[in-house]
Amino acid sequence: MDIAQIWFILVAFFFVGYFVLDGFDFGVGMALPLIGKDDTDRRVMINTIGPVWDLNETWVIVAGAVLFAAFPEWYASLFSGFYLPLLLILLALIARGVSFEYRHQRKHRQWAQNFDRMIIIGSVLPAFLWGVAFANVVRGVPMDENHNVVGSLFDLLNPYALLGGVTLTLLCLVHGAIFIALKTDGQIRIRARRLVLQAAVPTVIAAAWFLLWTIWLHTGYAPDALQAAGSDRAPGVGLVWVILTAAAAAVCLLAAVALTWRGKEGTAFTAMAATIGLAVVTLFLSLFPNVLPSTTGVGGLTIANASSSDYTLGVMLWVAIIMTPLVIGYQGWTYWVFRRRLTRDHIPAAETAEAA
Amino acid sequence: MEELFDPLSMARWQFGLTTLYHFIFVPLTIGMALMAAIFQTAWYRTANITYLRLTRLFGKIFLINFAMGVVTGIVQEFQFGMNWSEYSRFVGDVFGAPLAIEGLAAFFLEATFIGLWIFGWNKLPALAHLACIWLVSIASMLSAYFILAANAFMQNPVGYTMNEERGRAELTSLWEVLVNPVVLAAFPHTIFAAIMFAATVMIAVAAWHMRRGQHTEVMRPALKTGLWTNILAFIGVAATGDRLSLAMVDAQPMKMAAAEGLYETTEAASFSLFTLGTPDGASELFSIRIPYLLSLLSTHTFDGEVEGINDLQEQYVAQFGAGDYTPLIWVTYWSFRWMIGLGIVSAFISALGLWRLRKNAKPMSPARTDRWWRILIWSAPLPLLASLIGWVFTEMGRQPWIVFGLMKTEAAVSPNVAGWQVALSLAAFTVIYGILAVVEFKLILKTAQEGPPEITDDDAEEGEGSGRDQLAIVY
Repeated sequence: MDIAQIWFILVAFFFVGYFVLDGFDFGVGMALPLIGKDDTDRRVMINTIGPVWDLNETWVIVAGAVLFAAFPEWYASLFSGFYLPLLLILLALIARGVSFEYRHQRKHRQWAQNFDRMIIIGSVLPAFLWGVAFANVVRGVPMDENHNVVGSLFDLLNPYALLGGVTLTLLCLVHGAIFIALKTDGQIRIRARRLVLQAAVPTVIAAAWFLLWTIWLHTGYAPDALQAAGSDRAPGVGLVWVILTAAAAAVCLLAAVALTWRGKEGTAFTAMAATIGLAVVTLFLSLFPNVLPSTTGVGGLTIANASSSDYTLGVMLWVAIIMTPLVIGYQGWTYWVFRRRLTRDHIPAAETAEAA
Repeated sequence: MEELFDPLSMARWQFGLTTLYHFIFVPLTIGMALMAAIFQTAWYRTANITYLRLTRLFGKIFLINFAMGVVTGIVQEFQFGMNWSEYSRFVGDVFGAPLAIEGLAAFFLEATFIGLWIFGWNKLPALAHLACIWLVSIASMLSAYFILAANAFMQNPVGYTMNEERGRAELTSLWEVLVNPVVLAAFPHTIFAAIMFAATVMIAVAAWHMRRGQHTEVMRPALKTGLWTNILAFIGVAATGDRLSLAMVDAQPMKMAAAEGLYETTEAASFSLFTLGTPDGASELFSIRIPYLLSLLSTHTFDGEVEGINDLQEQYVAQFGAGDYTPLIWVTYWSFRWMIGLGIVSAFISALGLWRLRKNAKPMSPARTDRWWRILIWSAPLPLLASLIGWVFTEMGRQPWIVFGLMKTEAAVSPNVAGWQVALSLAAFTVIYGILAVVEFKLILKTAQEGPPEITDDDAEEGEGSGRDQLAIVY
């Protein structure tokens, strides 16, 4: 294994970290109208992610910067090629981030409601669009010989990618609902567990469909099969590895639902984190050793032709080896500090917005 | 559509807009985190409730501002790939490294410990909680360092080699990139400027309350701290600005020539405070000049030779081929003066403020006192304006290069992003940033006007984490 391949794994690691962590933030945002009956409920829910959403979101900044440093060509092609989806993601993340900070600044009902709407949109949209984007990366995009993604927005909105978007959105919703069940008590906790079970059926169907489709693309029988003539793509890993990780993700998803039903929220949350992690790993595995395959026969990017020089990869590997355990350590400590469940009693009554 | 929206100029406008907007929040984040950390340390050591109240007040202003800094910061990073993909391909091997280090070593630290600080008031032991705000402050400065190191590479490329086969710059020494003479001067310059702005905001808040005769017991120390901080930080800004301009004369003589609009190479060059003439400064009707000052600034000698625009242009044509290598002279000329001038005015007002606050000062008439408070309040944005104009100077002064001597800005833009798409994103950012600016400003104003929260000694006791082990409800 050469150093560029190690960096491919590290890039995957940071995106796994991002989707596992910010994934439940998105889910909490989506669940606001589904679980929160009044302003106090919604404040309980937002405060469960209050101390951590910022550090969770930072994972995407770091994933992006690591991508830039280790695979400049990949970063350049991906970000310019997916211009409009990324623009929407940015606007959504801006809306969500400031809404957390601003919604409690005034005690007017309308004020809070407006920001709640922005949190909901700001949670659904990025989850969906990241799903669309990553599915397209696996499937390949039309490119020219200079590695520029050509083609329009509608090329990105193909059925496989849309299903990827729906799948990631639903996985985040379940992830967030399990997190709320884990971090609250009383009626909110009960409603959160109910939401997990209600959302389980569509989520399992979407996820199974998406993972099977991913496998199908690999077998070569699909109409838009990955090895179809005219694609510029290096041969990938054996099909069996993709099947194994996809199956592991599916098992973890079923386990997460079953464990929630049994009331074991801590283990359920771990299983759900593993589900999202394994789903993202499945995508990266089915991509390897490509990083952005082309469907036009030219310009495809692989680990070999997209990576930085050995010197950069080497010196940055040392930085990553030193910093990453430290980061995991203090972030783990943060989650430990804020491990307590939160209830309506913690929300000062006088401070909530007047009800209807 | 293509001819309607030129992708290059749209992308440049967008980068300029989003970067300047982002930089409204950066100085206040860096400066206020430090101020909050200092006040909290003072409270920790003296148990004086005044300092706790100041920590809470300026901590809250810091937080409102911090959220905006975070969300606008993501745009900055994504934009390199989205709008400047050719640039990203060309320098990613070098430029990506400091950005990734920033993320791993600084952003994570800042984002994590800010959460611990905000939500950990009643939860963490007092010393651990104090450590959190110091870590946030240190992380915000580290972050600035790595970003400025990346920017310094664009001003003065070092530690790289050209890989002709792949057509890109490749890193040969991370250390050289991190100790680029430009970043060594630009970093303290930026940090001191950030501290100046935090200080003038603090002065304005204190003056607003003093003018109304409320919270004076808390606001008087805040005012004095702010005034002293602003003056000391200004001395730092001036000293490091001097070092930065020396580094610039070495790295980008054209930028310094353009800063003065100096066309002919001159010995014992004078510095004009003000010029009337054609916009590009090529012909001059009237000017106020300080003899020898430009030579002194550029070379630290009275009779040093300062290279002029015309000679440099000829050199660059010989070196890089035909083309126009001069930045927009009227922009560089005036931004350089406004940056320096606004900084000086801000420090001067603070010095005057300290003079008036001295113990044996003669009492002023109520009308004059009132006018005096207003000046202190309204002069708060001066250091921010100076910083923003400073960035306009340093980035516009580098043109037509995006990486000096290596890549021109026009070659750096994403070739596959249509002009209408950039126009769309530019419009979207303008609208959403505009709305957020209004909301943010009103919230900071409201927080500042509410003043320091009332805290009893009992609250403060509990604040030290004795017994009440629960989350501070914030949102």
